Amino acid sequence: MMPLTILTTCFNWTAAALRLPLFPEQASANAPNVDALYFFMLAVCGGVSIAIVLLIFYFAVKYRRRTPDQLAEDAHVPVALEWAWIIIPSLFFMSFFGWGAFLYFADAKAPKDALEIACTGRQWMWKFQHPDGQREINMLHIPVGKPVKLVMVSEDVIHSMFVPAFRIHMDVIPKRYTEVWFEATKPGTYHMFCSQYCGTEHANMIGSVVALEPHEYQTWLNGAATGSLALRGEALFNKLACNGCHTGDAEARGPYLPGLYGRNVQLTTGEVIVADENYIRESILKPGVKIAAGYDNIMPGYDGQLTEEQIIELVAYIKHLGKKYEQFEPVAPPTAPAPRPAGQNPDQTLPTGNVKPSMTPGTSPPATTAPAGAVPTPPPASEGTRPKPN
Amino acid sequence: MIEENVSLPRIHYLNSHYGWKSWLFTTDHKRIGLLYMVSITLMFFLGGFFALLIRLELLTPQADMFTADTYNKFFTLHGVILIFFFLVPSIPATLGNFLIPLMIGAKDVAFPKLNLLSWYIFVIGSLFTLWVVAVGGIDTGWTFYTPYSTTFANTHVIAATLGVFFTGFSSILTGLNFIVTIHKMRAPGLTWFRLPLFIWSLYATSIIQVLATPVLGITMVLIAAERFAKVGIFDPALGGDPVLFQHMFWFYSHPAVYIMILPSLGVVSELISAFTWKRVFGYKFVAVSSLMIAIFSFIVWGHHMYVSSMSIYAGMLFSILSYLVAVPSAVKVFNWTATLYKGSVSYDTPMLYALGFIGLFTIGGLTGLFLASMGLDRHLHDTYFVIAHFHLIMVGGAVMGYFGGLHYWWPKMFGRMYPEWWGRLSALIVFVGFNLSFFPQFIIGYLGMPRRYHVYAPEFQVLNVMSTAGSSILGVGYLLPLVYFIWSLRYGKVASNPWRAKGLEWETTSPPPPENFLEQPIVTEEAYNYPTRPAQPGKQTGKLTGGLNPPASPTATATGTGREAEVV
Repeated sequence: MMPLTILTTCFNWTAAALRLPLFPEQASANAPNVDALYFFMLAVCGGVSIAIVLLIFYFAVKYRRRTPDQLAEDAHVPVALEWAWIIIPSLFFMSFFGWGAFLYFADAKAPKDALEIACTGRQWMWKFQHPDGQREINMLHIPVGKPVKLVMVSEDVIHSMFVPAFRIHMDVIPKRYTEVWFEATKPGTYHMFCSQYCGTEHANMIGSVVALEPHEYQTWLNGAATGSLALRGEALFNKLACNGCHTGDAEARGPYLPGLYGRNVQLTTGEVIVADENYIRESILKPGVKIAAGYDNIMPGYDGQLTEEQIIELVAYIKHLGKKYEQFEPVAPPTAPAPRPAGQNPDQTLPTGNVKPSMTPGTSPPATTAPAGAVPTPPPASEGTRPKPN
Repeated sequence: MIEENVSLPRIHYLNSHYGWKSWLFTTDHKRIGLLYMVSITLMFFLGGFFALLIRLELLTPQADMFTADTYNKFFTLHGVILIFFFLVPSIPATLGNFLIPLMIGAKDVAFPKLNLLSWYIFVIGSLFTLWVVAVGGIDTGWTFYTPYSTTFANTHVIAATLGVFFTGFSSILTGLNFIVTIHKMRAPGLTWFRLPLFIWSLYATSIIQVLATPVLGITMVLIAAERFAKVGIFDPALGGDPVLFQHMFWFYSHPAVYIMILPSLGVVSELISAFTWKRVFGYKFVAVSSLMIAIFSFIVWGHHMYVSSMSIYAGMLFSILSYLVAVPSAVKVFNWTATLYKGSVSYDTPMLYALGFIGLFTIGGLTGLFLASMGLDRHLHDTYFVIAHFHLIMVGGAVMGYFGGLHYWWPKMFGRMYPEWWGRLSALIVFVGFNLSFFPQFIIGYLGMPRRYHVYAPEFQVLNVMSTAGSSILGVGYLLPLVYFIWSLRYGKVASNPWRAKGLEWETTSPPPPENFLEQPIVTEEAYNYPTRPAQPGKQTGKLTGGLNPPASPTATATGTGREAEVV
């Protein structure tokens, strides 16, 4: 890495001398790794380009036509050269591939203890929901030194979350969760862009990521707290009468939801899938698509009746259900595994008022199906970004 | 360029018939090539005009010339027009149409009427697009990503997709025609490995045109169907899958990149040989590399989609394949460079374009390696780095190759030379303007400026100003040839084979007679069989100077056509 460091330094000096920014700030744990590969490839490819250009210049000048009739000279160039310039570049290419794939792979999955923040993209704004219910628009507060995972979904077209200082990028797709994670290393305010063209105000679908020292983040959380996602999800769960079927009793018409998240679920088709966010989401919206073994297809779908934010709340509730259907305490529920800071406002109460009264699919009879029917195996990690065969 | 003392042949394809009907109903591949040339030139300057407007808006971080919607329409039209109506047809439909029969010693292409039909289809497609321009434009980006294009855009998406749909058929028919022509109509003795490399590259291009374009066609129809009839294919609200669109779109549009660049690679092989008077080094490797590129091009589309929620395992596969497709391109660059070695290098205008091409194509190709890397693409995806990369390939590559080819074969097409000095100047201006336009964009991209932004963060401004300055220089470089080419049609010095280049197309008169060859040519030698002189014993071969350097053999001075006798 030493030569790379030197190279980086040289580039930065040049940039400073020219008063031009040449490289974005490195503000995430991932950024120096990406830059290292970038500099490596820049060195190799830059070297090759310069060599070829110089060689062309040299040949073009040395072998220039000096008289109008001058012929080309007999030249013997060994054909072995052909194989040399097939094989040697291929080896370099494979090193680029290997390094790049390694970087991508190493960061493909968020660490288990990552702070999970829900992100909804829409024309033309970014909305965020923190685990404790804080909401933000076009602004994302995160703590430094802690992995943060964004679980993202779009309300309309495809957007793309791009934070140059973190060197991360992920498309935000309608009706499908994707995720991206990062660990900020430096407090500061960084650009957040939508990089997938999404219509008129695409260029204004921008915002800021504010990375704060953990204690400052704590202070910010306290100031903005409005009740956790899981709490709101629970209220919604009851309001929609989901608890009518997903009762937890032996004769319940709906599968048992606690502990579902991350487990393997056997379907009526015999297929076994992992209950990730996308599966839970699909089972709420279109329960008939994947039916858990042992249950009937009797649950009404909620497609079109819930906002993306409400779906996020429901999914959060189901994910946070530990071992049984427990009433979350109105005050700092211990079962919610979301990082609940010590200084949390203890007066926080269940904000039922936040649930939009407009959605009342309670008219449909309590019905059942979908999630659970679980084959209890050790839970694999979340695979939220993986597109599932539908 | 070598001074010739020739006059125009008495009868050639330009003066054999007169009147507008003789052009609009012609089945002569040479005239159809010119019809294409006129049409795509119009499209080129229209698309270029939009590019200039885009760059002007980007002079400042604020929106001060156009509204967001107008800007979005400009970049969409810029892309749609220049890709589907200029780059895809550019070299195959103009130079290819004109030259394939000449280079293989045939009277015409295999299906002359189909050839004319393909031009008419192209015109219909163009009219759809021009209609879209006239009535208010389209704002989806040339990539037509769903569900924006199918559900959310309020512009003329259906008309634009139909335009692309139609022009696709023109491309398919041209490709089909070329494949059959190259298979069935080669002159006696012209075996596959005696074919000029330009023919090899157009053959590879045609395969892609025939196999990939139908996928584009059906994708465009599906967009129109979803937009018009609410058939749920791509929009998840209708039960579709938006990422499916990207797979279908890039299944065509990545190979399409090679439809655009492969012909240029062929042109440059011709130029390098003609202006070094030397056989292209590693002929077979260069020839086969075109086919390898064509084959690999079909299985790398996923590298546009690393961050689209595609499985990381699929991403790995696409990444490694993308690196493999770079190998045959690298082979070409190395072989061209080796061809210069001990050649007789002249600096005529086409050669300047060719040398510029090699430099820009090399850098364009190498920056593609950055984007093929999954780890880097996660940062670079959809930034100006991507813009700079593919403009190096599309403009620094494909357009430079097209201009180089035009300058090289201009005397063949019209029997007259453009002013050489102006030609060299334009090549230089294009090269300088191009680099100034696009190199800053690499930096802007790595800094994180996303593409398709009409307003941007102020720290990107200096580099954007440089880029805009470069684009105006580039515009001048492109306008110059338009002026002196038109001038040369009447006032240019009469020329037959001013380069003393080898190749069947130079064996006939310039401009060629309507039937191309007065007698059936028979091929008895390899392509680019230029005479050489023995290597000087000892050292310093380069110090041979002046007129003291005797030709190696009596025939050596007649490196030209050997057919000057036919020139009346």
